[in-house]
Amino acid sequence: MSALKLSYFAWVRERIGRPGEILTPPSEVTNIGELIAWLSGRGEEYAYAFENANVIRAAIDRQHVKHDAPISGAREIAFFPPMTGG
Amino acid sequence: MSPLIKVAIQREDFDVAREIERLTQGRGDVGAVVTFTGLCRDEAGTLEALELEHYPGMAEDEIERVAKQAAARWPLLGATAIHRFGKVLPGENIVLVIATSPHRRAAFEAAEFIMDYLKTRAPFWKKEHCRDGSVGDWVEAKDADDSAAERWEQA
Repeated sequence: MSALKLSYFAWVRERIGRPGEILTPPSEVTNIGELIAWLSGRGEEYAYAFENANVIRAAIDRQHVKHDAPISGAREIAFFPPMTGG
Repeated sequence: MSPLIKVAIQREDFDVAREIERLTQGRGDVGAVVTFTGLCRDEAGTLEALELEHYPGMAEDEIERVAKQAAARWPLLGATAIHRFGKVLPGENIVLVIATSPHRRAAFEAAEFIMDYLKTRAPFWKKEHCRDGSVGDWVEAKDADDSAAERWEQA
């Protein structure tokens, strides 16, 4: 797995404590759900952000995806709460 | 001729009259203009401001996708969607949607469709700043917004 740009928004950003970062997940992390699980193990700020993983929305290269979406080939992955625009 | 589609994500306010004029001036084929403007409420006097965060790039892309879907579904002559970010005070504008068409039904329905999908798909989040000086919570998404968008899939 190559380096990934991760972006966080709203309370996901606040809980993790940064707007984004570049990380290289291990090769066994193949989809969004596994990436969330791997990030959750990196520290309590991540565990807090992803404690209710099923409400977390994700986007790969700026397109909405579900948690079973494969991440191979992704350049940027974003995590955020359900949207409240409009 | 393909419909005029305009999507803008901006900090500054928008001028509704000017945006309507953009879609109607110099042409005689527009029979219906429907506009929706969403404003910041004061929540019974408790809200000082809303802070609107967005995902730059994706916000534009998602709203443009929604506008193009509307243009594919209804005979539109124009569609405009403008969404602000940053701090917005009670009484100020947040979002504008305009749909123009030869006839009213398409314009009404398309404007509502664009708003319904914008709310559930465009990456924006609202944080409340309270009058008592505290920074309040992130606004929670409503199930009713999801249902509003889903009904277009059954229709």
